[in-house]
Amino acid sequence: MREKLEKIREEALGKIRSVDSMDALNDLRVAFLGKKGQLTDVLKSMKDVAPEDRPKIGQMVNDTRKELEECFDSMKKTMEEALINEKLKKEVIDVTLPGTRRVLGHEHPCNLILKEVEDIFIGMGYEVVSGPEIEYDHYNFEALNIPANHPAKDEQDTFYINSEILLRTQTSSVQIREMEKGVLPIRMIAPGRVFRADEVDATHSPSFHQIEGLVVDKGITFADLKGTLDEFCKLFFGKDVRTKFRPHHFPFTEPSAEVDVSCFKCGGKGCRFCKGEGWIEILGCGMVHPHVLEMVGIDPNEYTGFAFGVGLERLTLLKYEIDDMRLLYENDLRFLKQF
Amino acid sequence: MNASLSWIKAYVPGLDVTNQEFRDAMTLSGTKVENYDAFDKNLENIVIGQIKEIAPHPDADKLVICQVDVGSETVQIVTGAHNMKVGDKVPTVLDGGKVAGGHDGSPMPEEGIKIKKGKLRGIDSYGMMCSIEELGTTKEMYPDAAEDGLYILPEDAPVGEDAVEYLGLHDANFEFEITSNRVDCYSVLGIAREAAATFGKEFHDVDPKVTKESGDIRDYLEVEVADPDLCPRYIARMVKNIHIAPSPKWLQRRLASNGIRPINNVVDITNYVMEEYGQPMHAFNYDAIAGKKIVVKRANDGDTFQTLDGQVRNLDKDILMICDAEKPIGIAGIMGGEDSKITDDVQTLVFEAATFDGTNNRLSSKRLGLRTDASGKFEKGLDPENALPAIERACQLIEELGAGEVVGGMIDIYPNPVQPKQIPFNADQINEFLGTDIPKEKQLEYFPPLGIEYDEKTEMLTIPTFRQDLLREADIAEEVARFYGYANIPSTLPSNAEAHGGLSYGFVINNKVKEIVKAYGFSESMTYSFESPKVFDKLQLSEEDELRKAIVISNPLGEDFSIMRTSLLNGLLTSLSTNYNRRNKTAALFELGNIYIPEELPLTKLPDERMTLALGFYGEGDFFTMKGVVEEILDGMGLKGLREYSADELKPFLHPGRQATVLQNKKPVGYLGEVHPVTAKNYGIGTKVYIACLDVKLLGELARFDKKFTEIPKFPAVNRDLSLVMTKDVSAGLVESIISKNAGRIMEHLELFDVYEGDRIAEGLKSLAFTISFRAKDHTLSDDEISPVMEKIVSKLKEKDIDLRS
Repeated sequence: MREKLEKIREEALGKIRSVDSMDALNDLRVAFLGKKGQLTDVLKSMKDVAPEDRPKIGQMVNDTRKELEECFDSMKKTMEEALINEKLKKEVIDVTLPGTRRVLGHEHPCNLILKEVEDIFIGMGYEVVSGPEIEYDHYNFEALNIPANHPAKDEQDTFYINSEILLRTQTSSVQIREMEKGVLPIRMIAPGRVFRADEVDATHSPSFHQIEGLVVDKGITFADLKGTLDEFCKLFFGKDVRTKFRPHHFPFTEPSAEVDVSCFKCGGKGCRFCKGEGWIEILGCGMVHPHVLEMVGIDPNEYTGFAFGVGLERLTLLKYEIDDMRLLYENDLRFLKQF
Repeated sequence: MNASLSWIKAYVPGLDVTNQEFRDAMTLSGTKVENYDAFDKNLENIVIGQIKEIAPHPDADKLVICQVDVGSETVQIVTGAHNMKVGDKVPTVLDGGKVAGGHDGSPMPEEGIKIKKGKLRGIDSYGMMCSIEELGTTKEMYPDAAEDGLYILPEDAPVGEDAVEYLGLHDANFEFEITSNRVDCYSVLGIAREAAATFGKEFHDVDPKVTKESGDIRDYLEVEVADPDLCPRYIARMVKNIHIAPSPKWLQRRLASNGIRPINNVVDITNYVMEEYGQPMHAFNYDAIAGKKIVVKRANDGDTFQTLDGQVRNLDKDILMICDAEKPIGIAGIMGGEDSKITDDVQTLVFEAATFDGTNNRLSSKRLGLRTDASGKFEKGLDPENALPAIERACQLIEELGAGEVVGGMIDIYPNPVQPKQIPFNADQINEFLGTDIPKEKQLEYFPPLGIEYDEKTEMLTIPTFRQDLLREADIAEEVARFYGYANIPSTLPSNAEAHGGLSYGFVINNKVKEIVKAYGFSESMTYSFESPKVFDKLQLSEEDELRKAIVISNPLGEDFSIMRTSLLNGLLTSLSTNYNRRNKTAALFELGNIYIPEELPLTKLPDERMTLALGFYGEGDFFTMKGVVEEILDGMGLKGLREYSADELKPFLHPGRQATVLQNKKPVGYLGEVHPVTAKNYGIGTKVYIACLDVKLLGELARFDKKFTEIPKFPAVNRDLSLVMTKDVSAGLVESIISKNAGRIMEHLELFDVYEGDRIAEGLKSLAFTISFRAKDHTLSDDEISPVMEKIVSKLKEKDIDLRS
């Protein structure tokens, strides 16, 4: 009996090792371990074994079965691995071929810049609001301390619909609309389209965008204006940028200033980008003129405020180093996709 | 406004600054320097030399060899010039020095021209004798310079001295940007006053006086101002025994440095005073004044007048004229007349220094199409107090230049003299406003150079009349801030306690819409808000189309920019066309912007500005690609309820069989479709274009963002497919609505998965195949539950002749 078992074992192990397909392996398993397999036959012939030897022989059969099962499993695993490896080998691809991309849309560069500006001011507690683009003369001029026949009215080359209604030349009109609401304090920016009768060229457009800012509260100072715009410039252009406030004149602010930033390209040494100046003019600002406050019914002795206006196209051209404003309105995808 | 530094220094003798220092400091105190032109740029090592000997060049007929005494030595210089003789003194640049340009007056090189010793036709030359052009200046600035050749200096020029210094070329011309509120700074005196205050130096006013006068003007002339509203002040003085001659060099040079061509002493004086005081002057030929009377009055409609440039001008009743007893002799503040102009043989003249209403002057000048140096100043509204010293200055110069005898007295019509304003001064309030801590004494120091006086007792400031911009405390705060220095004011941030920032609702909606369309591959375009009325024809709109009711700009840049858009389509199609014609294979663009819908025309109140989305693409996709995007947007807005696509109302610019109006709960929110081939052709697009327009303002009003969680189903859905046959005119929408209506609550989802028209079914029919998903929340649906529903659906479909496909 022992010899028979040993023989079966040897034969099985030999066959397993030389098997060449999964099917053959399965056949072998059936042939040796199946219900009618050789090992089962051995068990069936146990009745011929002397009763005292049965446990020993039984143990031997079980050991052999276990060994063969392990051998089958391990062979199966090896064969499976080989199969997978073979399959994978056939599936090799050229990973340097281009990726398949979905077409994503691109936002207009001006609006990307606008988002940056909005984020900065929202972070400082400003609300982003808007006002009408077709506006009453009153909001665009009169209420901003630019009465009828004021030379500044001519300077702005206004498009008129009629004597009272015009295309706003500045987002400053939104200052008045916000202040008129009578809810104080105010901390807002108002981005939007403005219009001036400038012929189209590389640096001019009859339609462009401004971002207006307005803060009205008790105790607002010129120092607050400086600090706010200095912070904005650093957040927008980079922390190493310096600002320069120059006295200027706007009818609706007093004192007024223009703000230059140190050239973010050369750091202020002077280069072609800043035309050798080291500084780039960026925006206009000032303390809200007391008369403007009075006209909307705010007591300038109680409340003060500051306002500023910046050209969105100018920021966009500067930041992306675009040299011709007309590109912004052509909408060539080869341009738009760059942003 | 231009002024040379030397001219400014004439009133601020203590000023000792470099050009760059002057530029920076003036800019920071509010008188912005745009640019400056240094006269001595590239002038190096140039001395006054005296020619001791002139000998012919052995090898060149056109050259001569000069021995030139340059003080320290005598150098040999070969020159091609011929206008000199032995003993002449000339600016001489020595070896290693520099001149500004060539003698032919061609554009000057940026870095100048370096002069080195060398040989000219074999003869050593150790420098160069200079022409006026080589010194980088002009004959207008130096009228005694030769027309051609070397600049021969006066006999008393000191040999060996710095020629640049001697000629006053260590100077620069500054170009200032004057803000519209600072009328007083359109004058050299005004700039000088600012310079004095900026650098803390003393300001020396001119204080003109005439020493010798003869006769009395009243014996010669009478003046009447008939329209005092337009002429607050009119001063006349007279000069007799005029001797017309060129002005002295210093005066010519100052005018020339300000870009004014010197003409003769009388004309130059009026120009000089205009530059110095900012007060335009006029000189009339007294003998041409009929009736010896000047009347200032409005013209009559239809009058004409010949100005001194020879042009005949059409007048109207709002144009103020200077007249004599019979006729006009000048347009007030704009231009004098041909007949009374100063000629070389003039004997007696009348000087006018007046002020005219700025607005009237500006409007008159506009109507006449005639803007002169004088009107450019008057239109700003001049200080009447300035007219008096200005006319005195003119008479003083007449006397100084020996140009004539000043007649005694003046006629000064000034019914309502301007009073200096008083403004309270409160140093603490100024500090509070600026956020500074500037001591009162320091604040007060800024005022005297500006001509502002402070009365300690009343704590009031008296503002000089020329500072028309100073009206209240905030203006005074600006003066303090300017001279304290904006840079010295601290930078602080307003306290943040109550502020909570964020986007207002409209911006939130816009961003949501953008997010979706960007994900679908549309890029953002931006076009003008105004367009040409021709776009209506390009879009094939009928004459009655609502979109034609556009707001018209009364003064557009041209027809192409003359009406406010009532749709974004033209801009979108134009942008798509740009891409198409630049051979971009595909393009998908959107624009989010306002359209302008007037309530009535002509406009009496502001129009409805409707935020609108326009989408368009060509290249890849079809109607349903666009419809998918529209669906996604409407879903993104959280719009629930009935959504329909109706082909009832046709847009002329869209394919009549491929367009739909989008209705949300029966309300039109936009439309989409394939662009009509004729419209596409009108825009130069030779392929299919699909567009959609949505009323974002309305979507914003309808939008709902209150999202609530729905439980993820635990029980499986049961699907039933339904393959149907019907005539081709039956829309999928109708079939869907019948199924939805009859499927009851257990229907979860309905999906069209196949549309077939072709050989396998009869002519004129089509087949639609749907999958209907049924699901119950709490159990798996059984056949018994679903079958009756399916039967009901099929029978209802049958009523509409929609049959099961066999």
